[in-house]
Amino acid sequence: MKKTYKIEVDCANCANKMEDAAKKTAGVKDATVNFMALKMKVEFEEGADPAAVMQEVRSNCKKIEDDMEIFL
Amino acid sequence: MKFNINNLTKKQKNLLLRVIAAAVMLVILYLLPLDKYPVLRFVLFLIPYLTVGYDILRKAWKGILNRQVFDECFLMAVATIGAMILGEYSEGVAVMLFYQIGELFQSIAVGRSRRSISALMDIRPDYANLVQDGEVEKVDPDEVEVGSIIEIRPGEKVPIDGVVTEGSSSLNTSALTGESLPRDVKPGDEIISGSVNMSGLLRVETTKEFDESTASKILELVENAGERKAKSEQFISKFARWYTPAVCYGALALAILGPVVNILAFHQASSWQLWSDWIYRALTFLVISCPCAIVVSIPLSFFGGIGGASSVGILIKGSNFMETLANVKYVVMDKTGTITKGNFEVTAVHDEREQNIDDAEMLELAALAESHSSHPIASSILRAYEARGAAPDKNRVTDVQEVSGKGVIATVDGRKVAAGNLKLMKMLGVSCEPCSSVGTVVYVARSAEAEDGHSYEYLGHIVISDEIKPTAEGAIRDMKKNGVVKTVMLTGDIKSMAESVAKEVGIDEVHAELLPEDKVTLVEKLIEEKNKSLGNGSTLAFVGDGINDAPVLSIADIGIAMGALGSDAAIEAADVVLMDDDPAKIVKAIRIARKCIRIVYENIYFAIGVKFLCLILGAVGIANMWLAIFADVGVMVICVLNAVRALFVGRA
Repeated sequence: MKKTYKIEVDCANCANKMEDAAKKTAGVKDATVNFMALKMKVEFEEGADPAAVMQEVRSNCKKIEDDMEIFL
Repeated sequence: MKFNINNLTKKQKNLLLRVIAAAVMLVILYLLPLDKYPVLRFVLFLIPYLTVGYDILRKAWKGILNRQVFDECFLMAVATIGAMILGEYSEGVAVMLFYQIGELFQSIAVGRSRRSISALMDIRPDYANLVQDGEVEKVDPDEVEVGSIIEIRPGEKVPIDGVVTEGSSSLNTSALTGESLPRDVKPGDEIISGSVNMSGLLRVETTKEFDESTASKILELVENAGERKAKSEQFISKFARWYTPAVCYGALALAILGPVVNILAFHQASSWQLWSDWIYRALTFLVISCPCAIVVSIPLSFFGGIGGASSVGILIKGSNFMETLANVKYVVMDKTGTITKGNFEVTAVHDEREQNIDDAEMLELAALAESHSSHPIASSILRAYEARGAAPDKNRVTDVQEVSGKGVIATVDGRKVAAGNLKLMKMLGVSCEPCSSVGTVVYVARSAEAEDGHSYEYLGHIVISDEIKPTAEGAIRDMKKNGVVKTVMLTGDIKSMAESVAKEVGIDEVHAELLPEDKVTLVEKLIEEKNKSLGNGSTLAFVGDGINDAPVLSIADIGIAMGALGSDAAIEAADVVLMDDDPAKIVKAIRIARKCIRIVYENIYFAIGVKFLCLILGAVGIANMWLAIFADVGVMVICVLNAVRALFVGRA
């Protein structure tokens, strides 16, 4: 399952780091951050609960870049 | 670019104020004679430092808590605090100040590009006028169901795809196709969302939901194009991943190994001067360690290129396709619909002079004989007849006999008329000169006597051919100018016709009489040939109308569908979609891609080059922090400005 989320982030390198962090989160099969469109597309693992996984993704991203937001 | 302070966000305005305040304070402090009061001097310099950099310090602290050592805020904090400790107050403040100026500039530039692209793509409708029980209500286009009636007034955008039920008007499709010629519509015509109603009031029955409508699809496509990342983009994110740590370890090594080597190898005395000199060099490293300049400029260039292309009716579905398109060396084109218009027209009527019949009369006979047929050839003959102001009187025609693969024989006004190809003439024993014209030739013969089916006399022939698009020849020529090595045309048509078209427009290679599956194997073969002669870096583009060539579109390195406006299948199958059917757009797309990729490489080489140069100069002690700040912020500003150029495709 794929879902797209709006995000808020200021620097392109942070966006790349967020993409890495999201990819490493359990339950995430693949993630892409589109810095110019300010969107994050997440593909979840089979059977994962998107809401719970996204909470985890958000907190992992916060660790990397405090000044960002994922609108869940 | 006009600068308007009202366009800034609250965050940006706030930062701008802090930057100005800190800059003013820094200049004043620099000029004040404070050398005699070291403590006061330190405290005073701390004011602009904290004014401009407090949020960086806070973020750096959070970074430490989260063990993000290579966080750029952390690195900036270390560099500037280090400079302050070494007593380089003005440099410490200046580094922080310029870093923030860079951040501000980047954020403004990115925001502006986002806005200019939404302005270019100004096809998103805000509302729909829903007609319900005779009343018109303004609603969110999302809420309109398929089959509803909506009203579109002059000056309004068409919100949802549909079919006109009432009214007639002309539509401006320039936001979709880049083509400024308006399109006239009347009841029964399909219209697509994103075009603008120019003159009359229209009522339209919707055929799609808002999300499935052309305008929404195009917007989605352009916005999501950035997700398919180009090779250069992936390279840069990988580069960024090791660049920052490498430079940081380099800085650490410089700070420790520099003095140690000097003491051990050159027997210098360990002094505060020696250590602080090397620590200063290490701090300049940290200032250059941020990869932001390159990292931001690349998606920005691609975004600009894709957005700019979409404003002229060229949809590029991903940054990766931008790269493929820029390296196109072989262009393979389908004939019908790409080079030719795809609608067959009667281009010549030749009557046999010996018979007492003129071409109008012969065309009439052929039209009547064909009047019961639905074959495309028959309909073009009928169209040509009707264009002369007549309508076929079907009552004059009886006893229609279709001869499969040959033509038709019918009784017109009591005499048999045969219209068909050479095989039909041969079958009927009619002697005629084969016509040398290019195209499909329909020969016409008539029985000598009433009801006599045995002896026919030859009347003449009608030539039907597909018209070559007026811009085709120029497009092929421009392809050659833009690095295309070979142009190939594929068609199911007969060889002589294909060759004549190819010759007229200047195509290098022709493959005719192909079945759809032959096209796939041929394109595979051409890719192999191209790889052998030009290497894997070059690419092959296939251009088709996107309707029945989906397999070929997907097999080519890059599939280009043209004339795709309103065709979901084509938009789905192709990598690049040309909204109208002008072959000149193929060249335009290649040029836009090449410009975009050129900008990307300029930025990569320039940014990495300047940074490495500054690193070397910093290591040997020539570059000071001011130069380092240029390497960081200056390079970013230049790269971002360069990236923004990708948006302007007018002269590309």
